[in-house]
Amino acid sequence: MRHSMGRSQQPHGEVHVKSRPLAAVAVIIGGLVVLAVGLALSISVGAADIHLSTVWQALFHFQSSQNAQRVVMDIRLPRALGAAIVGASLAVAGAIMQGISRNPLADSGLLGLNAGAAVALAFCFAFFPKIPFIELIFFCFAGSGLGALLVFGFGSMAKGGLTPLKLTLAGAAVSALLTALSEGIALYFHLSQDLAFWMLGGVAGTNWTQLKVLFPFACAGILVALFLSKSISVLSLGESVAKGLGQRTLLVKIISLIAVLVLAGSSVSVVGSVVFIGLIIPHVARFLVGASYSWIIPCSAVLGSILLVYADTAARLVNPPYETPVGALIALIGAPFFLYLARGKKVGL
Amino acid sequence: MVDASVKKKRVLSRPVWIMLSSLFLMIVVFLVSMDIGYIKLTPGEVFRTLIGEGTGKQNLILFDFRLPRIVVSVLVGAGLAVSGTILQGLSQNSLADPGILGINAGAGLMVAIYIAFFSAEGGSSLFALPFMAFIGSGAAALAVYLLSYKKNEGLAPSRMLLVGVAVSAVISAAMIVLTLRLDPESYQFVASWLAGSIWASNWSFVVALLPWIIVLLPYSFLRAHVLDILNLGRPTATSLGVHVEKEQLFLLAAAVGLAGSCVAVSGGISFVGLIGPHLAKRLVGAEHRALLPVSAFLGALLLLIADTIGRAVLQPSEIPTGIVVAMIGAPYFLYLLAKTSSR
Repeated sequence: MRHSMGRSQQPHGEVHVKSRPLAAVAVIIGGLVVLAVGLALSISVGAADIHLSTVWQALFHFQSSQNAQRVVMDIRLPRALGAAIVGASLAVAGAIMQGISRNPLADSGLLGLNAGAAVALAFCFAFFPKIPFIELIFFCFAGSGLGALLVFGFGSMAKGGLTPLKLTLAGAAVSALLTALSEGIALYFHLSQDLAFWMLGGVAGTNWTQLKVLFPFACAGILVALFLSKSISVLSLGESVAKGLGQRTLLVKIISLIAVLVLAGSSVSVVGSVVFIGLIIPHVARFLVGASYSWIIPCSAVLGSILLVYADTAARLVNPPYETPVGALIALIGAPFFLYLARGKKVGL
Repeated sequence: MVDASVKKKRVLSRPVWIMLSSLFLMIVVFLVSMDIGYIKLTPGEVFRTLIGEGTGKQNLILFDFRLPRIVVSVLVGAGLAVSGTILQGLSQNSLADPGILGINAGAGLMVAIYIAFFSAEGGSSLFALPFMAFIGSGAAALAVYLLSYKKNEGLAPSRMLLVGVAVSAVISAAMIVLTLRLDPESYQFVASWLAGSIWASNWSFVVALLPWIIVLLPYSFLRAHVLDILNLGRPTATSLGVHVEKEQLFLLAAAVGLAGSCVAVSGGISFVGLIGPHLAKRLVGAEHRALLPVSAFLGALLLLIADTIGRAVLQPSEIPTGIVVAMIGAPYFLYLLAKTSSR
């Protein structure tokens, strides 16, 4: 494993993981600036270009009589914020999963969580079409939980334990199963294009109601992740090391997994299935700031937001006035990255 | 010598016995499937219709609706299972399957492109579909092959699977971009095709698929011994006079052709290529001469059962066969995954 490179054990039982705090602070501050620029861009470009001064006015001197200002407040702003929050959530979820499962290929999309949430969505669309968003999101949590349970359950039943290969393949199979299930529901109830738009529509159509529900969950998830980051760093060195240092590994794993489910489930309930953010970003963060999750997690949050905000803006610009699904765009970047990882030494193939 | 001949006899007779019993089971499933549908035909009526004494309505149902669909199921099941057997043999990995490796996805993308830009209705397009699918699946297979090839290590089977997952993801992304542009009617059509409906309820689909099956299945059966030799490893195979690269390429092309043409007709049906060979291996062992035909029969039986379940469960509407197969196949895949020990 890569993590072991930066490990050295201190005599009093503290584990010191190699990290670069200065670089991390730089990444976070620089990242926030880039993110702010990205948000401004995302608000001002699109089918109707809106001047930045109008954006400013809409934010601080809002007049509902002006059309451009209403576009900003009702459509563009929630969309941009949604992209930022979801990007952060998915990246942090990926970082946690990579840490606790010691699996460089972990990602909520690849490991069946997104497909699980999609089944829950299909189920709700079919049986409770009028369900309020706040309840929908809980169905999504349950769905991701189901996906995760299946993948990790089968993966850990495997002889020889949870190798990255096994987890990925279990993820592919569980995703196939759950996708078949949601396709079946969708076809039977004639809502497949609705569901497809939801799953692939990305952050378009995010509204304030969704944001209000999403925001607290995302914050809670990311805060829990930050709180646990030290334990995750220790766990990423290996279960036996963590146990040797007196960590209650099971407890840490359970809490982290709940955080992952909340983050991934709430993201899917808003943007549908966006795979690979949780895969790419933590690797980039680890490359930049070292192996300590205390820094990887906040940096992942910032970088994830940046990626999704810019990707969403790009998706609007590629082929106007149509929108290219942002999930597809990210998959086109993410899959080669996945290949690069899969061909590398870290996976142990 | 006595020992050898006894052994040989067993190798020959057991597969034949299994093929005969799966043929028998197929007939049973066929009769059951005729008896449960939207319009029912009892086995007696089926028999009378078959020997030419049915009423006009019975003739119509049997010959125009049910029979072509059943024939397509059988052909597709056999084709996919043989394709999976070859892929498993070549990659020496028991988890290989045209679905997992992205080959079906490639075929699906080409077919979706074809449907999006030309119509699926015209007569000529029917015969073009398998070719388009073959191009797509070939491209996907090539991508997987090239991306998982490393200069010093050759092809690592498990890397091939991971690469397959990634290639499928890229292709699905492209497919998504494509399908969202379609108008709702074409969308519904493509969606249910992708989900693996055996929508080919007329004989022209059988005709479009048949040449591929007729050429490629016997070809694969004839090359079965080569697969066995290849399994001994490259040095041994070379010293036995087998041209390894060439044989691998031809067999791969056969597998891709089978998967592509089947997908063109049936849509995205995964896991048949996984389950068929596995059950066959359990029943008759790993020798490909017996394994290939037996897994063809088992694949056909499996798809016929899945199609029947898909038609029977939610009457009067249908669950696409691909979905039924995925619901049976994915758990089986997971079970295999849990059983296979780590390298």
